[in-house]
Amino acid sequence: MTNNSRRRAEVWRLYLAVGCGAAIGSLLRFLSGFIIVTGFGQSALWTTAFVNVVGSFVIMLFATLTGPDGRLLVGPAGRQFVTGGICGGFTTFSAMSLDSFMLVFEGNMFRGALYLAAVVFFALTAAFAGYVLAVRINR
Amino acid sequence: MSFEACVLVLVGGFFGGVARFFLSGFVGRRFGETFPWGTFVVNVSGAFVIGLVAGLARFLGGVFAGEMFRDFVVVGLLGGYTTVSSFCLQSLNMALDGEHRQALFNIVASSVLCVIAVGFGFWMIQWMLGAAQ
Repeated sequence: MTNNSRRRAEVWRLYLAVGCGAAIGSLLRFLSGFIIVTGFGQSALWTTAFVNVVGSFVIMLFATLTGPDGRLLVGPAGRQFVTGGICGGFTTFSAMSLDSFMLVFEGNMFRGALYLAAVVFFALTAAFAGYVLAVRINR
Repeated sequence: MSFEACVLVLVGGFFGGVARFFLSGFVGRRFGETFPWGTFVVNVSGAFVIGLVAGLARFLGGVFAGEMFRDFVVVGLLGGYTTVSSFCLQSLNMALDGEHRQALFNIVASSVLCVIAVGFGFWMIQWMLGAAQ
């Protein structure tokens, strides 16, 4: 194989890894929604909050474990499969923005702003917790 | 939750993820990797489209208000396309690297612009359908 075709094959592998991961992540989000809404009878707002907080924790944990100082040795495609794929597909910015907008649209301006701020805050906090845990494991 | 719904979500999620990877890579190469413009553009554009879809579902109904359309486009395509995890990863990495202002800008600008983008799409449909009548 020439250098060029080898590089092209590597790019295809990355796309396939992200696509398959995102398909799995999206299905897991769909299942989470089913469990939270149909199973526990909670609002769909909880689904969006749940997936975004959990996905942000996992991406930071995994990215730090497989990073330059990390303990886990994973190739580029494997890394993209989990981070850009599963975590990217599991979390959703569009549904979060829509949920927030709909609260504002229905006249709950304060709740809409609070919901968005809270989900973003807890997602970032979860990501930081994932980072701290990974740094401990890496040591 | 049927088998068909799961297939729609899987296929939508696949193509949404691939589109995100393509566009964020393209924007990153074009505008540099120091600030995560790729994820930024993906999330704002996805928010705009979900606003369009929500507008179509509410003001036009029909197929757009149906469960299959929602499972494929909203849960699959747009859910797979937009991402909070990369947004958190990149914001946190900037903050850990001492780029506090850039991190804060990314967090505030992404959040605010995405909600505005939803509203923009939603009201655009309302306006267009209103003008058509």
